Amino acid sequence: MKIRSIPTWIQALIFFVVVGVLIQLAFSQGWLTEYWQQIILAGTILAISALGLNLKYGYAGLFAIGQAAFYGIGAYSSALVTKDWTSQWSGSPVGGLAGLIGIEAGFIAAVAAISVLDIGHRQRALRERLEKLISPFETSVLTATLTILVGGGILIVVGGGVGWLVRKAVLAAGPTLFGALPAAFSQQLIFFIALIAGAVLAALVGFVVGLPLLNLTYDYLCIATLGFGIISYVFFNNADKLIPTMKGARGMVAIPRLTTWPWVLGAFAVALIVMRNFIYSSTGRAILAVRDDLTAADTMGINSYQYKVLAYTVGCAYAGLAGGLYAHLYAFLHPTNFTWLKSIDPFVMVVFGGVGSMTGTTMGAYVFVTLLEGLRVLPAELIDWRYVIYPVILLFVMLFRPQGIMGTNELGFLKRPKAAPGESEMEAEPAETTASAADG
Amino acid sequence: MKDKVIKLLLRALAWGVLALVAGVVLRVVGGVVAKQPTTFVQQMLNGLQLGFMYAMIAVGYTLVYGVVKLINFAYGDIFMVGAFVSFFGITQYGFSFVPALLLATVACIFLAVIIDRVAYKPLRQAPRIAALITALGMSIFLEYFTALKFVFSADYIAFERPFELVTWEVGGVTFTNIQLIVAGVSILYFLGVQYIVGRTKIGKAMRASAFDKNTARLMGIDVNAVIGATFALTGALAGTAAMLYATAYPQIFTFMGLQPGLKAFVAAVIGGIGSIPGAFVGSLIMGFTEAMTVGFVPYGSTLKDGVAFILLIAMLLIRPTGIFGDPFEEIK
Amino acid sequence: MVRSNGNSTVLNINGLTKFFGGLRAVYDFDVEIKEGELVGLIGPNGAGKTTIFNMITGIYPVSAGDVIFKGENITDLPAHEVTHLGIGRTFQNIRIFPNLTVLDNVRVAYHPHVSYNVFDGILRSGRFGRGEKEMTDRARQFLSVFGLEKYQESLASNLPYGEQRRMEIARALATEPDLLLLDEPAAGMNPGEIMELMDLIHFIRDRFDLTILLIEHQMRVVMGICEWITVIDFGEIIARGTPEEIRNDPKVIEAYLGSRAAEELA
Repeated sequence: MKIRSIPTWIQALIFFVVVGVLIQLAFSQGWLTEYWQQIILAGTILAISALGLNLKYGYAGLFAIGQAAFYGIGAYSSALVTKDWTSQWSGSPVGGLAGLIGIEAGFIAAVAAISVLDIGHRQRALRERLEKLISPFETSVLTATLTILVGGGILIVVGGGVGWLVRKAVLAAGPTLFGALPAAFSQQLIFFIALIAGAVLAALVGFVVGLPLLNLTYDYLCIATLGFGIISYVFFNNADKLIPTMKGARGMVAIPRLTTWPWVLGAFAVALIVMRNFIYSSTGRAILAVRDDLTAADTMGINSYQYKVLAYTVGCAYAGLAGGLYAHLYAFLHPTNFTWLKSIDPFVMVVFGGVGSMTGTTMGAYVFVTLLEGLRVLPAELIDWRYVIYPVILLFVMLFRPQGIMGTNELGFLKRPKAAPGESEMEAEPAETTASAADG
Repeated sequence: MKDKVIKLLLRALAWGVLALVAGVVLRVVGGVVAKQPTTFVQQMLNGLQLGFMYAMIAVGYTLVYGVVKLINFAYGDIFMVGAFVSFFGITQYGFSFVPALLLATVACIFLAVIIDRVAYKPLRQAPRIAALITALGMSIFLEYFTALKFVFSADYIAFERPFELVTWEVGGVTFTNIQLIVAGVSILYFLGVQYIVGRTKIGKAMRASAFDKNTARLMGIDVNAVIGATFALTGALAGTAAMLYATAYPQIFTFMGLQPGLKAFVAAVIGGIGSIPGAFVGSLIMGFTEAMTVGFVPYGSTLKDGVAFILLIAMLLIRPTGIFGDPFEEIK
Repeated sequence: MVRSNGNSTVLNINGLTKFFGGLRAVYDFDVEIKEGELVGLIGPNGAGKTTIFNMITGIYPVSAGDVIFKGENITDLPAHEVTHLGIGRTFQNIRIFPNLTVLDNVRVAYHPHVSYNVFDGILRSGRFGRGEKEMTDRARQFLSVFGLEKYQESLASNLPYGEQRRMEIARALATEPDLLLLDEPAAGMNPGEIMELMDLIHFIRDRFDLTILLIEHQMRVVMGICEWITVIDFGEIIARGTPEEIRNDPKVIEAYLGSRAAEELA
């Protein structure tokens, strides 16, 4: 039976099951040292984040270097939820969860309300009517004020209202619902929800950040996302003034160590499959088209801006998911894990592995972690060379193979599916059609 | 008639809103300032000093961006090397102020030109993103390479000033001789750069290359040499700025170029990237804002780095091409 | 100049003006194009022709004037909405999606009408399968009309220049426009290819029920297929009429060849 004739989803399934079981055995039977276990876990987690960056940069062409900020958002928010469950820092085992889900629900409700009311069009219509009467400057002042008032109003009323309600609901129902489940199971369930909620928060923040910034050309986008990365670092450093448990510059501690290989593999498998299916669909093609030529995409009826925001938001969600897994692996979070310089890590993985290749990006993640951790065993004098070596690698790649090792190629079930031959091919007529039809 | 009334009402509404907002802002700011007038003036001076220093770096960024359309991420690190070099000059060889300054300046000129030759020149024809990533990589490389023990080491080193700090107190506000020196040198350099770019042949060649490289080449301009000269000029700016910065804030470490570099670049963007007066003005604004944040905003000293970028993002939303920038979008 | 009466007006432009700061690129341009017409817009380099196209399709904001398409004011609408309303266009420097296959290039045109959503795609639902098949079949049929089906899995950037041009036109047509704007379609073509292009333009006008507005430099094309022509220079209209009328108009000759040539021909 030829490999190629096995449907791709079965290929993927077999791959993940085999790899998953093998590595799980390796862990539990001690075939691999603690050291290698950490590398595999860290590498897979980073691969998820790198896949997100591959979507932003490789597929959508957005030179956005603030990935570490979203990694941090996912890490801190999911940690707050699970830590609440174990140590009740907020006074209730589901306080963190309630707050987080409340914020997310409120925000989504507000955005939904704003889009239902079609503020964009109304604003434009209002602007048109006003510009006939008064000067453009005065029109801008009035439309801006109105937009702020209406938008702010919706945010506060709808967003705040829904958020408050949801939070109350979770606070009330949470303890009883979770209490009814067996303790071990409920902790895993909380972890699961925390991971998802962290990813969603990262996506929402990415959405808010992306909306104003994704219109800019990529030099400015680069600096603006860098700026956002710095702002979030400052925020994490000072966050203990808002939420003392986050402990700011001293580092957040005592996060339950819930990340295990099954969780990491499961998250990675889902992330990879979703990314593959996403990019090999009509939406994926639209995103690639926007990257290739924005103006042409617009002219084809694609709202380029919309798709840039979509790609950016999803990319941030991936970072947030990875961050959540990371937080529960090392059980300790410090703002220095999420500086701007840390955003360069996934970048190196993507650029080295293959810009616009999921296979390449994943490989890049493992190579990166291996190099970085692998070099840790070097004698003391050479350890500091680790961080010198990887920018050198980056420089070499840019000079000699800027598209990365894999370029845009993929392996196995990640390959671009060839469209099945259809009936139209059987009756294809030769190129003469056009000329002869014109002569007739 | 009814139309006129509506027009008038709308106009009044628009201007009324503006007046209201302006009034609130003035009251809040004025109130805060009035309560602590000495802090205000003090921070104003600090802000100016910062601003003048950022100005030299910002002009460097804007020059390179103007000619090569590249954000030279490694610039802040060239700056850092300048500080260390002047430190060695002062401590190992007992240099006084001017020789140390010259040493730093020359070192940075060399470094800037070498970096261009080695890392940026090979990628002149490549897509701009490749050059950007290379610049990023070069920046990180410099930071970590110099942090190695046999180079500069990763320690925070106390900088020895090559001259005595002199301070005067006037009405509770402290002036220092450093402030005067910084202001003087910065303005001198600014005028110098303006002269070079505006009135010399090489300046004209720079402007031509900035406008259209290919045509400049056709006109017989050796564009690569011009670019090298531009980098050399920015190196000079960085070296001098570095030594002054280390004198004013006497602690050097291999990551010291990160924040000032980024903030200076943000300042250049605010002023209009590609415009030299813009870089200068933007830097003064940046310095002023930073100092005011430290002085008046609670937790200001930890928040000040974030404030710079809030300014940037606000600017990018309102007028992305900056104060002195050309407000026409580039259709790719 | 005799125009076909009784047909509805497809495109109506009044007083279209574009300033780039102090530079006046287009001034007071107007035109009225009726359904089914094949119309030319010519003028020396830099006269403002592409700027006019860019204003019609929403790529540049308008400084003054109106663009009315099928009775609706589309001035300053975003580009993708202009396309949805039924205007398609090609570019002077071919703008295709170089890293996508030819088939994908065309399939992108159908994306605004895709029959499944993102979640269907991720979950590979039945709706996805059916939607993809439908899109792919339509795209393939479309490509075969233009004789490009053998390239369908090739990267668009690997096609020879002439085929790329054809693909760009095909792709614009896949968005099912009523009005097609062609910006110098004959650029870079040899005489043989130009003949094929002229046939192609006639063919698509009839086959797809189009109205066509064409910018072109090659006089052979313009004189050969346009029913009537507007001539602009320095952003303003200097002449309008049938190919015959334009060919002999002294102002046109002067704009292209200079006043001395105009004197010599007079």
